[in-house]
Amino acid sequence: MNAVFRALVLSVAMLSCAPAVAQGNLDINTPAIAALQGSMQQRHAQLAPFYASGAVGLTDRGLVALRDANAVPLAQRGQVNSLVSAENADRAALYREIAQANGHPEWAGDVQNTFAQRWIDKAPRGWWVQRGGGWAPK
Amino acid sequence: MNKMQNWALASLLVLGLSGCVTINIYFPAAAAEKAADRIIDEVWQLKPDAAKTPEGEAQ
Repeated sequence: MNAVFRALVLSVAMLSCAPAVAQGNLDINTPAIAALQGSMQQRHAQLAPFYASGAVGLTDRGLVALRDANAVPLAQRGQVNSLVSAENADRAALYREIAQANGHPEWAGDVQNTFAQRWIDKAPRGWWVQRGGGWAPK
Repeated sequence: MNKMQNWALASLLVLGLSGCVTINIYFPAAAAEKAADRIIDEVWQLKPDAAKTPEGEAQ
């Protein structure tokens, strides 16, 4: 009897936590996320030269920043400023939307930190990235 | 004795189930990384399979 009881308890304990192991993917297939992704992809063509020249860098918060205004010709400074703020608005919305789409709005900060790391990891050589508060070229 | 066992079983079940709820609200870091990679590859137009096609070259 005792053995049966123990086996039962053990199987309950094992079964009850099985779903936690089966953690699949995060859902990123929502119209809002697709729209943000499309808008960022389009903007990227305009931002890319500024990344390459080092005028704009990738921050450790998963955003972009104008780090060297002198690298931008005077005539383009207004344009680069609005590109940077539009990009940051999209990125912040993207992190919020991903957390929301997965039923955990409180994950937005964690999503943001994960992206911050991956943007920097995937950035090509020569782009400026922020690490530990300081800027350095990759 | 049987009553006690029933109680023990019931409380274990409750504990086990509530444990699951707790575990499921942890941030799934690996899944988030995969999601980030997919989005970044799209936004920056990085083609992950373009880099790993050495098959044609090898022959």
